[in-house]
Amino acid sequence: MQKEAAIREPLILGHKSYHDITEDVCRPIEDKAPKMWYILFGIALVIGLYGIGCILYLLGTGVGVWGLNKTIGWAWDITNFVWWVGIGHAGTLISAVLLLFRQKWRMAINRSAEAMTIFAVFMAGLFPLIHMGRLWVGYWVMPIPNQFGSLWVNFNSPLLWDVFAISTYLSVSVVFWYIGLIPDFATIRDRARKPISKKMYSILAFGWSGRAKHWNRFELVSLVLAGLATPLVFSVHSIVSFDFATSVIPGWHTTIFPPYFVAGAVFSGFAMVQTLLLIMRKAMNLEAYIHTKHVEYMNIVIMVTGSIVGTAYITELFISWYSGVEYEAYAFINRATGPYWWAYAAMMTCNVVSPQLMWFRKLRRSLLFTFFISIVVNIGMWFERYVIIVTSLHRDYLPSSWSMHYPSPIDIGVYIGTIGLFFVFFLLFARFFPVLALNEIKSILKGSGQSYKESPDYYKNH
Amino acid sequence: MSEKVIYVMYDDDGVLKDGAKKLVSKGVKISDTFSPFPIHGIDPIIGVKNTRLGIMAFLYGLTGLTLATIGMRFFMIEDWPMNIGGKPSFTYLENILSFVPITFEFTVMCAAHGMAITYLLKNKTLPGMPAQNPDPRTTDDKFVMEIRTSENALEEKELDKLIKDTGFIEIDKKTL
Repeated sequence: MQKEAAIREPLILGHKSYHDITEDVCRPIEDKAPKMWYILFGIALVIGLYGIGCILYLLGTGVGVWGLNKTIGWAWDITNFVWWVGIGHAGTLISAVLLLFRQKWRMAINRSAEAMTIFAVFMAGLFPLIHMGRLWVGYWVMPIPNQFGSLWVNFNSPLLWDVFAISTYLSVSVVFWYIGLIPDFATIRDRARKPISKKMYSILAFGWSGRAKHWNRFELVSLVLAGLATPLVFSVHSIVSFDFATSVIPGWHTTIFPPYFVAGAVFSGFAMVQTLLLIMRKAMNLEAYIHTKHVEYMNIVIMVTGSIVGTAYITELFISWYSGVEYEAYAFINRATGPYWWAYAAMMTCNVVSPQLMWFRKLRRSLLFTFFISIVVNIGMWFERYVIIVTSLHRDYLPSSWSMHYPSPIDIGVYIGTIGLFFVFFLLFARFFPVLALNEIKSILKGSGQSYKESPDYYKNH
Repeated sequence: MSEKVIYVMYDDDGVLKDGAKKLVSKGVKISDTFSPFPIHGIDPIIGVKNTRLGIMAFLYGLTGLTLATIGMRFFMIEDWPMNIGGKPSFTYLENILSFVPITFEFTVMCAAHGMAITYLLKNKTLPGMPAQNPDPRTTDDKFVMEIRTSENALEEKELDKLIKDTGFIEIDKKTL
């Protein structure tokens, strides 16, 4: 058992025993769902179904129902895609990178952050799929031997790199998440009384035993998966940025994109984790496990990644002038002062100014303020993608092709719909899955719990 | 003599570890332990060897790397070389930069999934398998040590005597 310095704030508040941890995490799953859950689930479901309706209408009619035109051929679809993929980066970062750095505070938040990741990547994946217009030939993005002669997908194309990156990221995240879930499902299985839930959880638990050898393998598999997932996280958003960076459109054609997109992704992902966890800890009485210190740690990550993003914005602006390329310079001047100045201003305020407030200890430890900033950051990050995509396209080389983008009701419906679907999945997760990594939390109780911090001999006799 | 399995239950990981140390020093062979979370440091005491799954992951990754290289060489160079923007596809080496992202992704995919599947198969944990733990409380807050009479030279009574001093809370014996 690794002992932690007593002056560090405890990660688990209250004098908990192993059994208390099981009780605290399993009770919300075993009890009846509160009324609020049904209300939220109902709202999310209605919005999600509306989104599905919009998608079906789009598939039946064609991509023309989006507010695109011949100048702006990519707008909300790719904006939403990048936004969701970005949000999906925090989960794996928390579970993989923080595992490699042996950050124990990750244990309280990794499970739900990973769930959030998976659902966010689901939502992201929807956009390229429906963007194809003919969803039923979606499998053509895979290099499958076919009857069309020697017809292969283009492995030189960043869009194909994206296919591989997103599918690898999604499937590896699911595996990483599920392998951690198996022992916790076993805990619920062994507690379940009702025959149906007992049956369901024993199927989900895969017959987990808790043998010494199995734990030995479990720990190594987690470590190696973390080692594999860490470069994966960085590669996925780098590849997403290649969709733009490898093109020759002024405003997209920049080498700063990969690191800047990765930092932005972590930034928005942590903000979404904050939004969800601040509500969840309250609704599910998990205040002892996810408390101010965890929120503060996450706010520090938001502050650091926000600063990286801010630096990237300013570097980009400077280089566009310094390059001497007039098209490049114009793209950026137009972004900041052209007809989309309000989107640029929203992006700058939300992403550059707001995270700097986290330098104040009082603010970054305030839950209400954190909640507010987390929403602001997510709005800002949506605008960042919108600014990059739409403002770079809307003033083409020929002034006769200058245009503006106005979203159609279907654009809005699909976007809002994915938010609804995301919450449908997340609420189902919170209702039926253990939202904290039980086995990991138990393993740090003796080294980082309040009882140990107050009297290091607390667990000596026991 | 029929084979017996003794399950000794503890309510603390530290007590189990100390008990195991004591028993092993007296020459008792402990076949296994069951716990709700990994007990760090128990493996060398009861003689559990480190897993070799890491080596497997490396081999699966190598397989992915090879498959991706062979595949892309075939698709892009051999079968249908394309001239994209005046940059023809003559050799794999000349075009290797464009193939790096997918090679990396495919390597990671094969390593991660190969290792995860091997892990589940080796553990014999698959969907719908019956629970393997001797007591449902071992996934909550209890820790169980498994001792088999067939693996020990000591008589059952002598074993009982030694176990008595380890501070257990429950003991359960099963005849196989």
